[in-house]
Amino acid sequence: MTTAVSLNHADNLLQLQNVTKAYGRAAKQFIAIRDVNLKLRRGEFVCLVGPSGCGKSTLLRIVTGLNTVTSGAVLYRGLPLHGVNPYATIVFQTFALFPWLTVQKNVEIALKARRVPPAERTARAVKLIDTVGLNGFESAYPRELSGGMRQKVGFARAMAVGPELLCLDEPFSALDVLSAEALRGELMELWLNKSIPIQAILMVTHNIEEAILMADRIVVMGKNPGRIVAEIAITLRHPRHRKDSAFQAMVDRVYTAVAGETKSEKETLGTAPGKPGEKRMLPDVRLEALAGLLERLSEENGRLDLYRMGGELTLELDDLLPIVEAGELLGFLTVQSGDLLLSPPGQAYAEASILARKEIIAGRVLRLPVIAWIYETLLRDDNKRVDRHYFYDKLQDDFGDLTEKLLDIAIRWGRQAELFAYNGDTSELFLES
Amino acid sequence: MRQFRFSPALPKTPAFTPGDGLILLGIVTLLYAGARLAFNAPSIIAGPDISLSPLALPWYALFSIGRMVAAYLLSLLFSLFYGYAAARNRTARTVLMPLLDVLQSVPILSFLPVVLLSFTVILPENFAAELAAIVLIFTSQAWNMTFSFYQSMTTIPNELREAAAIYRFSSWLRFSTLELPFAAIGLLWNSMMSWSGGWFFLMAAEIFRVGARDFRLPGLGSYLQTAANEANLPAIVMGIASLVLVIVLLDQFVWRPLIAWADKFKVEMAESGEPPASWFFDILSRSWLVEQFRLRIWQPFRKWIEGVPGNRLREKVSVPKAVPRSGRSSWTRIVFAGIFAIAMLYGAYRTAVLLLTLPALAWSQLGIGLAATFARVTVSLLIAMLWTIPVGVLIGTNRRFAKLLQPIVQIVAAIPATALFPVLLLALLQTAYGLNISAIALMLMGAQWYLLFNVIAGAAAIPQDLRHTTDLLRLSSWDRWRTLTLPAVFPYIVTGAITASGGAWNASIVAEYVEFGRQTYATTGVGALIAQATGRGDHALLLAATLALAAVVVFINRVFWLRLYRLAEDRYRME
Repeated sequence: MTTAVSLNHADNLLQLQNVTKAYGRAAKQFIAIRDVNLKLRRGEFVCLVGPSGCGKSTLLRIVTGLNTVTSGAVLYRGLPLHGVNPYATIVFQTFALFPWLTVQKNVEIALKARRVPPAERTARAVKLIDTVGLNGFESAYPRELSGGMRQKVGFARAMAVGPELLCLDEPFSALDVLSAEALRGELMELWLNKSIPIQAILMVTHNIEEAILMADRIVVMGKNPGRIVAEIAITLRHPRHRKDSAFQAMVDRVYTAVAGETKSEKETLGTAPGKPGEKRMLPDVRLEALAGLLERLSEENGRLDLYRMGGELTLELDDLLPIVEAGELLGFLTVQSGDLLLSPPGQAYAEASILARKEIIAGRVLRLPVIAWIYETLLRDDNKRVDRHYFYDKLQDDFGDLTEKLLDIAIRWGRQAELFAYNGDTSELFLES
Repeated sequence: MRQFRFSPALPKTPAFTPGDGLILLGIVTLLYAGARLAFNAPSIIAGPDISLSPLALPWYALFSIGRMVAAYLLSLLFSLFYGYAAARNRTARTVLMPLLDVLQSVPILSFLPVVLLSFTVILPENFAAELAAIVLIFTSQAWNMTFSFYQSMTTIPNELREAAAIYRFSSWLRFSTLELPFAAIGLLWNSMMSWSGGWFFLMAAEIFRVGARDFRLPGLGSYLQTAANEANLPAIVMGIASLVLVIVLLDQFVWRPLIAWADKFKVEMAESGEPPASWFFDILSRSWLVEQFRLRIWQPFRKWIEGVPGNRLREKVSVPKAVPRSGRSSWTRIVFAGIFAIAMLYGAYRTAVLLLTLPALAWSQLGIGLAATFARVTVSLLIAMLWTIPVGVLIGTNRRFAKLLQPIVQIVAAIPATALFPVLLLALLQTAYGLNISAIALMLMGAQWYLLFNVIAGAAAIPQDLRHTTDLLRLSSWDRWRTLTLPAVFPYIVTGAITASGGAWNASIVAEYVEFGRQTYATTGVGALIAQATGRGDHALLLAATLALAAVVVFINRVFWLRLYRLAEDRYRME
C-alpha cells in the first residue's frame, strides 16, 4: 500500500489541495490565502512572487508545517502533513542565527536537536562551513560577519539536516546587491551540479528578476484574498543573462501578471461603510510619492513599462505596487499588460501648479467611498466636528485589525487634500471654515 | 559608563478594568486572612540582642546577604515560571499580567505588619521574622524581573522561534539556546535593580519594632539602628562602611562580571563601541580553575540534562494537531473559578464585617492620616525634582561632569535609605518638627535617585542636532529650557517619578512611627496608624489602614501617573 502511494507520487514531492488559511473568527475573519492548489515536483525550483500581503510567506510556512491550514490538505510524498515537516527546512530573510553562538555552534545546533553525537556533528558542521566557503570563521560570532557571510551560515545550517525540500524566504533581500548576486550564483552552482542532496527548492521573493534568474517555474500570487493568479514556466537555459531579450520578455510577462489589470471603477473603489458590496483597504502610500510617479509618467508621454518605472525610481516591487494602486484608486492612471498609462486627470495633475494640484486631489480623493463618507458625516454634524472613535467603531466591522491603519491613511489623505483637519490631542476630525 | 534603565512596565490598559477589581478583591481576602491570623499573635515578642562589637559586623553582614540571596533566588524562580506561563499560555496571560501590574504598584512595605503578625502565629517567633523579611524582599524584587522576562519571551524575533521549530528543538534546547539567552540581559539589569530595592526593604524589616513587639533581625540594619539608638558614632560609621563595602563588593565581584559576560547575549548584530568591562571577569575568564570547572563539571552537567528522557527528541516527530477544547476542561475551569470567586466574596464579606467594627473616629483618623502622608510624599517628590532636574540635565549633557560625578552618585545611591534612617533620627529628632522632617528626608532619600538617573538618561538622549539648533537660534537659556530640555526629559521625569512616588509611599511605614532611645515618636500619617495598630493589636484598624493605603496608591497611579505617562509617550517621546 505504502509503495503504491509513493510510486504514484514519485515525482510529486509536495502537493497543496484547496488550501485556505484564515485568521480570526466569523465576521472579523481575515483570509490570508484562499483555495490554493500547488504541486512541487522533484528536481524543481519554484518561486513565489506577488505584491506584499498576498500570503506568499504564509504559504511557505504552511509547506514547512510552521503554520496550520484552516481547510484543505497539505500532502508531502503523498501523505498528509501534520506538524513541522521533517524533510523541509527554511532559510530566513533575517538569517535567524543565534547571536550568542559561534558560526560552528549555529550549524551544530541543528544536528544537536536531531541528537547527532558530538564528534560527528562537529565533523559535519566543519565540512558544511567549508562547503559554503567560510572556513576560518568557525569560531566567529554572527555579529562579526557581513550580511552575505551570515546568510551563508544560514545555508550551511539548513543543509546540515539534509533536507529534501529547501524553502527560502526572501533569502537575498537583506543583503547588499553584490553579496546577493554572489550568493545567488553559488547557490545555483550547488543546485545545478546536484552537489547537494536537496530535491526541490521553493523560494519566496519580491524580486522578479531574481525569480527569473533562478526558477524553473514562477507562481504569481494576488491579494485580497491571497491566491494563485498565474503560473509561468521558465525554460531559459542556465546560465541566464539579464540582458538577453528572452529574459527581458519574461520579465515583462511576469510583471504584467503581478501588476494585473486595472479593474472597473466599481470594483476598484469598493463601497462606503454600511453600504452593501466589497470594502477596499486604502494602500499605505504618501500622496507625494504618487505625485512623483505621475510626473515621471508624464515625462514619458503618459506610458511606461512597470518594470522600467521600478528601475528608474529605484523602487522594489513591494514599494512600487502600492503607489500604483493608489494611482488607480484616484483614477490618475491605469495598468494595461504591464504598462502604466496616465489618465487625463493624471495628466492634468502632473502639469498643474501646487494650488491647482490641491484642488484636483480634493476632487479625486472624494471619489473614494470611505473618505466621502467621513466628509459627509462631518458636514452633517452641527459643530462640523466628530470624534475619531465614531468612525473607528463604524469601520471596525469591515476592517477588523486593519481599522486603525485605514483610518490613519484616510485622515492623512483627507488632510493633504484639505478636505478636513484632524486634532491628534483631542482625536477629533473637523471641517475648517 | 553604566547605563540605568528604570522603566516601569506599564501595560496599555484602560484606567480600571473589572479584572483589576477582581485582583484587588483577592488582595483584600489575602490580607484579611493575614489579619485574622494576627488576632492570635503573641503580645510580647522579644527581639535579638544586637552586639555593637566590630567583630560581629561580618556575621551581621552575612546574615543580611543570606536573606537577600534567599529572597532573590525565590524571585528568580518565580519570574521564570510566572513569566513563562504568562507568555506561553493565552488564558494564563489574561489573569497573570493585570495581577502583576497591580502587585507592582501596591506599597509592599505596608504589608509588613500583617505578614509579620500572621507569621508569628504559625511559626516560631524568630523564624517568622526571618521568613517575613524574605517574603517582603521577594515581593519587592519579583515583579520587575517577571515583567522583564515576560517581555523578553514575547519579543523573541519570530524567525528565531521558527528556526527553533523547524530544527525541532526540544523544549529544553529551546529554553537553553533561545529563550534564556534572549532574556538574559534584561533579567540581569532587572536583578540589579531588584537588589537595590531589596536592600531598602531588608533594612526596614531588620529594624521593625512596635510597642512590646520587637521584630528586629540580627543584621546590618539592626546594627545600625542599635548604634544610632545608643548614639555610638564609631559604630554608626563602621556599620555604614560595612554596608557600603558589601554593596560595592557585590557590584564588583558579582554584577559587573555578570554584565560583562552577558554582553554576548545581546541581539543587536552591530558591534558595540564600548562593551561593558569588568576586571574581575577578565581575571576569571583567564583562570585555570574556571576552565576546569567548565570542562569537568558544567559541560558534563549540560550533557546529562540534555540526556534526561523528558528532553529526548523522538526521531519520528509528530507535532500534535490542534485539539478542540474538550467540554470537561472548561467545566473544571468554571468550577475552579466558581470556588475562587466564592472564597473571594466570602473574604470580602468578612473584611467588611471586621471593618464595620471600626468607630467613625478611626475612619476620620485614617482619612487625615492618608492626607498627611500624601502631603509628605508630594513635598518629598517636589524637593527631589527641584534638585534632580537641573543636576541630572547637567550631568547628562556634559561628559566631563558625568565622568566625575557618576561613580560618586552611584555609590551614594546604592546605600539603602532605610539604613540611614536611624542616623537621621539621631540628628533630627530633638529639633522642632524633628520626626516630620526626618520622615520627609527618608522619603526623599528613597525617591530621588530614580528621578536623578532617569533625568540623566533623558538629558543624554537629547539629539545633538536639536541642541545645535537652539544654539543657532540663539535662544535664551530660559527659552532653551522651555522649548527643548524640559519637553525632552519630561517622559523620563514621569517614568522616574512613578517609581519614586512608589518608594516614598513605602517609606512612610518606617518613617512616621519610631522607637528611639526608649521613647516612642509618632506623627500624623497612615504609616504611623499602621504601626500603632500593629503595636496595640488593633487588627481592624491595621487592615483598614493597609487596604486604604494600597487602594489610594493604586488609584493615584492609575488616575494620575498612568495618564501623565501616556501623555509623555504620545507627545514628548523622541523617536
